[in-house]
Amino acid sequence: MNEENKTEEKKPETAEKPQDNAQAKGLLKKEREFVIPGDKIVDTMDYLPGRNCFRKGDSVFATKIGLVGVNGRVVSVIPLNESYIPKAGDMVIGEVVDIQNNGWVVDIKSADTAYLPLSGIREFIDVSKTDLSNYYDIGDAIYAKISLATDNSTQLTMDDSRARKFKDGRILTINPAKVPRIIGKKGSMISIIKSQTGCRISVGQNGLIWIEGGDEELAIKAIGMVEKNSYLEGLTEKVSELLGYKPGEQPAEQAERSKEENVDG
Amino acid sequence: MMIIQKNHIRGLASAGKRMDGRKEDDFREIKIETGVIENAEGSAKVSVGKTEIIAGVKMNIGEPFPDRPDEGILMTGAEFSPLASFEFETGPPSEDAIELARVVDRGIRESHMIDNKKLCIAEGEKVWMVFVDIHILNHDGNLLDCAALAAAAALGHAKFPKYDGEKIEFGEKTDKGLPITCKPIAVTLTKVGEKLLTDATFEEEGASDVKLTVTTKDDGNICAIQKSGSGPLAFSEIEKAFEISVRKGKELRKLLE
Repeated sequence: MNEENKTEEKKPETAEKPQDNAQAKGLLKKEREFVIPGDKIVDTMDYLPGRNCFRKGDSVFATKIGLVGVNGRVVSVIPLNESYIPKAGDMVIGEVVDIQNNGWVVDIKSADTAYLPLSGIREFIDVSKTDLSNYYDIGDAIYAKISLATDNSTQLTMDDSRARKFKDGRILTINPAKVPRIIGKKGSMISIIKSQTGCRISVGQNGLIWIEGGDEELAIKAIGMVEKNSYLEGLTEKVSELLGYKPGEQPAEQAERSKEENVDG
Repeated sequence: MMIIQKNHIRGLASAGKRMDGRKEDDFREIKIETGVIENAEGSAKVSVGKTEIIAGVKMNIGEPFPDRPDEGILMTGAEFSPLASFEFETGPPSEDAIELARVVDRGIRESHMIDNKKLCIAEGEKVWMVFVDIHILNHDGNLLDCAALAAAAALGHAKFPKYDGEKIEFGEKTDKGLPITCKPIAVTLTKVGEKLLTDATFEEEGASDVKLTVTTKDDGNICAIQKSGSGPLAFSEIEKAFEISVRKGKELRKLLE
């Protein structure tokens, strides 16, 4: 999930190998320039449409309000604001809102609720003998993986080393569009926040963040700063400054812990 | 609402803290804008933090109620638009919408904010009817205080339309305002854990099971109260709520000047 942005943008690239970038012409907007839906970004066939873009004739247009992103020959729009659309493989934080005969209904702050079937649990449960609320009760917060996401159903699974139920801590809500920036490249941002504040943090792709222990206030301040300034470049340095982190000076025990907790986040 | 989040908010409250770093009796930033609806006789948009409410006042001429032949008529309605919160649904007004309208109405009525006798044109035949309509634009908790503030601001700025004895010219406003005697201010205390918080956010309201709304007049007298929710309140807590509401009411009233 740390490579959320990359995986999407790589696909079109492999479809048509990038040639000499210097020869690619027709980019009408600068990188990180503000666009609104319908804005023309490219008017030649030299670029490919990526996320939140579409091609019509020779041109590529934006479908969302956001900033232009150029990655090789792929142009995309990084949205300023987004509601969460479930994607298979995403880790999300959800709230159990209902218990049914063979599973749980989970609110994942998306348009529809998700369903966690019994088959998504790693152990065998005999429904005739066990009360399902012993596992997950209404109001419980869980960290789960989306196993299936189609137009009319979203299914969850706990069959993942990161998946679990939260027993303590707090939940922070941010805009799902900013989640890739909170995580940073290969988890760089989140690991700095984790190591400098001593918090345990789990980020859900749906914009919910679980924080527990350590300097929670500082962690929330850092996350708030990333969310507010997500359009800026060199954000990692700014956050490092806020948290008093200097690269290379990370104490050994903290480095070890953040490495271990990266599995969570 | 997630149980861990509720526990977290209650834990913070018992330590005298809040999610957004405010003190127990702090309000969020309040903005009042009047005259936002051109076609209404009076209007106001009030925001308290992220909560946003618009109130409009319309006036018309009608027949008085038979038991009050020399008094004008006040009617308050509230609309909870589904755009404002995921909690709101379309359809007839919900229980919460009716409660909100009634509590705002009670505050205006029982404080005698409008001098009803002065709204009478011909006893038993013609009186001014005043309609206050409240629309929630965004819901982030504490709708009641915000709505009461919006209604008071809208009424305070309302001007009578031109009336020649037979027909009302709605396009033309006169300089004459409503006969306002005082400004009722509602302050809601939300009980979270063992603490009473003013201006609770949406999340804090979720972690609470009881709240008390106290409406005060300019002279510090209480004119209306409303307890909502299923939880209990001790007598000492109600006394404390009265003290806070009178104090905060004075602060909020200054914003209406």
